[in-house]
Amino acid sequence: MGPLRTYFHKLGSPRWFFDLARPWGIGFAVVGVSLLVVGWVWGLGFAPEDYQQGNSFRIIYVHVPSAHLAQALYVAMGVAGVTALVWRVKLADMFIAVVAPVGLAMAGMALATGAIWGRPTWGAWWVWDARTTSMLVLFFLFVGLVALRQAIPSERQAGRAAAVLAIVGTVNVPIIKYSVEWWLTLHQPASFSLSSAPAMPPSMWVPLVVNVIGLYSFAGALIVAGLRNEILHRERDAQWVRERLAAGAVRP
Amino acid sequence: MKAMNRQRRARLAATVLLLVGAAATVALTLAALNENVNAFHPPASIVGGEAPVNTSIRAGGMVAEGSVRRDATGLAVSFVVTDHQGADYPVRYHGILPDLFREGQGVLVTGELTAAGVFEAREVLARHDENYMPPELADMAAHQGAAPR
Repeated sequence: MGPLRTYFHKLGSPRWFFDLARPWGIGFAVVGVSLLVVGWVWGLGFAPEDYQQGNSFRIIYVHVPSAHLAQALYVAMGVAGVTALVWRVKLADMFIAVVAPVGLAMAGMALATGAIWGRPTWGAWWVWDARTTSMLVLFFLFVGLVALRQAIPSERQAGRAAAVLAIVGTVNVPIIKYSVEWWLTLHQPASFSLSSAPAMPPSMWVPLVVNVIGLYSFAGALIVAGLRNEILHRERDAQWVRERLAAGAVRP
Repeated sequence: MKAMNRQRRARLAATVLLLVGAAATVALTLAALNENVNAFHPPASIVGGEAPVNTSIRAGGMVAEGSVRRDATGLAVSFVVTDHQGADYPVRYHGILPDLFREGQGVLVTGELTAAGVFEAREVLARHDENYMPPELADMAAHQGAAPR
């Protein structure tokens, strides 16, 4: 096995992950917080206002990153769900447990900022169209994942159930993405695509990209910290955790 | 991937089946709902008689240029909604319009279509597109004759 392959094998094992992921968590936190501070100040203070929406356009710098991240996190949980069910990788199960509340917060933030944006532009806090409704479904899927774990006392069974819900729920993600193309919606189509130029000048989209990367990194830091916490909790009876705790060698 | 053991293969097959089943269920449901998933009736469906009359519905389209008539004393307003492809219908509304409401912009109106083909709106929402632009850039584009959309 090459060194890289060994590295990834070790990342899959909770005990090794605990140490190997620590620098990643710190890196994500530093990058995430710096980019978010830069992105928010840039987006809210220096990016130009929109010719039609004026300053209310600026909420895009919070709305788009959180909506994007919520969907990406759900897909990641779906992949983890397959890994947990088929290969019985413990870390994949922990990943779902840790990501669900983060995704819940992101979906909630996307819905809240969407409503705040909708009020001055559309003229309504909420409209039942395919985009908003499918996003609300995503929010409830996250709620379901968090609740499922609380409701089932057996860790193993809770893990299986959560993995199944994570996998089944991924069906909703392409619906969110394409809802604005498949159906008539009040929500406008996407401003970004892989195949064409952004529907806004660089002075507007560069700070948006900064915010997107910043929020992804910040979530990465939260997830790494959460996973390390979860590892300690689940392996609390394992020899290596006891030894470290006894030696006072568990670094946050 | 090297030889996957039988148990894992069975689990993988079950997982794939689960995903395919879920996707098929949702796809069939959405296909059955078909147009009911749409948030509004397009102008063609209002003009073509597919939209129900005297029932609360939502209709959409663009506000036709030069069609907005405001009442001099009250909040009454009337305008024409069009799809720029030959289908247009008149809308009557009494109330405050959203800030983004303007001629040439998308709107979504909630209310009832009368037998005479006039849409009596209870609520008017503005629809905006995916393009964003600083005001200076929009001015420049307007001066060059390419109206910003």
